[in-house]
Amino acid sequence: MKKILIANRGEVALRIMKTCHQMGIETVAVYSDADSDMPFVKEATFAFNIGEPAVNKSYLRSEVILEIAKSEGVDGIHPGYGFLSESAEFAKAVIEAGITFIGPDPETIDLMGDKIVSRKTMKDAGVPVVPGSEEGTSTLEEAIRLAESMGYPVMLKASGGGGGIGMVRCENEQALAKSFSSTKARAKAYFGSEEVFVEKYINHARHVEIQVFGDNFGNIVHLFERDCSIQRRHQKVIEESPSPFLSDSAKQKMYATAIRAAEAVNYKNAGTIEFIVDAQENFYFLEMNTRLQVEHPVTEQITGLDLVKWQILVSRGAKLPLSQSDIQQQGHAIEFRLYAEDPKSFLPSPGKMEEFRWKESEGVRVDAGYASNSTVSPFYDPMIAKCIIYGNTRKESIEKAEQFFSNLIIKGIKTNAPLFKEILKDRDFISGNYSTSFLTNKTLIIE
Amino acid sequence: MKEITSSMAGTVLNIMVGSGDEITAGQDVLMIESMKMEIPIESQIDGKVSAVKVNIGDFVNEGDVLFVLE
Repeated sequence: MKKILIANRGEVALRIMKTCHQMGIETVAVYSDADSDMPFVKEATFAFNIGEPAVNKSYLRSEVILEIAKSEGVDGIHPGYGFLSESAEFAKAVIEAGITFIGPDPETIDLMGDKIVSRKTMKDAGVPVVPGSEEGTSTLEEAIRLAESMGYPVMLKASGGGGGIGMVRCENEQALAKSFSSTKARAKAYFGSEEVFVEKYINHARHVEIQVFGDNFGNIVHLFERDCSIQRRHQKVIEESPSPFLSDSAKQKMYATAIRAAEAVNYKNAGTIEFIVDAQENFYFLEMNTRLQVEHPVTEQITGLDLVKWQILVSRGAKLPLSQSDIQQQGHAIEFRLYAEDPKSFLPSPGKMEEFRWKESEGVRVDAGYASNSTVSPFYDPMIAKCIIYGNTRKESIEKAEQFFSNLIIKGIKTNAPLFKEILKDRDFISGNYSTSFLTNKTLIIE
Repeated sequence: MKEITSSMAGTVLNIMVGSGDEITAGQDVLMIESMKMEIPIESQIDGKVSAVKVNIGDFVNEGDVLFVLE
């Protein structure tokens, strides 16, 4: 591979380019009108404007992106995460154009993209799934009947959903009735299908995922876990590895289950199996993300591996560079997703970031999509940067993180950096005692 | 004439009330999508909607008029 098009923007586009350039591969960026001054456009070997800011007029225009890929003669397309990364149709079109899609087979993307089908696939493979409806529904009566059969509280979710959008917790029938039509409408608007399903809500749950990797020769390995329980609005805010809560025996069981799950779908390339874990360490399959994950740097920091490089190698037809026993976990990494938002209300704060500076030091990795004087537009995800802090122990990474945030300077927009400062001081966080309701239940005093 | 304006830049995802509807202060009247988040816009006032100024899918800036009330 000599030339790769990156069908994405911001920090992940830069992240992919970094590895490409290290491997001597040229990069092609595509960008919208809103992004013409972004660092990733400048960093690319070649860059092409693909339309207006709204995602359906730029980053989701697969035909336009594919035309550029063909005329530029690229060998591969990396979809990053979000946008077209989990579109089986796009992956198929890329392959049909004679270009390598850097990701799993379109059939796998398709299979795992539908929550109901993926649940069934996993159940058949002997992977535990959250108790829930086996079929999707679009009627309230059916949803109520299902909820009653498993008991409240329940989660109402869009069958085609993901990224924390289109899901709502319902305490009782009244709440379910209230949320039903809006969830259906959201499912339709975001994912093109109004089908929803009902799942048992697990109290005091933790969200732990296992990174897996497969090649074209049937080899599958895991790259340990990431604990992603600190969330707001079902979206991750902090991720860390190793998990501060799981016992070694639970971890081993989860690794083995994740590999079994990946084998069940003949998985190729980078993927993540998400589990929900209850207080007794029972774990249940939630979903599989058939792409590079936002929080992949956490795994890179504790394994010393470059996951994007692995993706490129595997998609070129190489075997996995390491066998399971050669993959080692060392130290502790915590990732903080820096969002352009109010740290208390979590409401978006788009605008011009006049200054964005931090202190470089050992163990600090910042994957930023924006720089000083960049404008954070309302059209895309609010993530400005990922701050990944590595230490020999969890205690050390927490201390380094406190240092990092006390030296971080952001001017012009609101961010959740003040929230991180508070979390890092919180006794429960420090002791690793937290669940997905941490941010909902806590009242953190933010200056 | 009273108006309901957008508190945030974003794309109109859903319009919950129509012309002729009686609304009360605190009621969610429209859903904006901004930075991949859904933000309900609530009315600050009581009144009857006389005109809806936006369509689903429109991009609105902070301060843009969404509804006119009688």
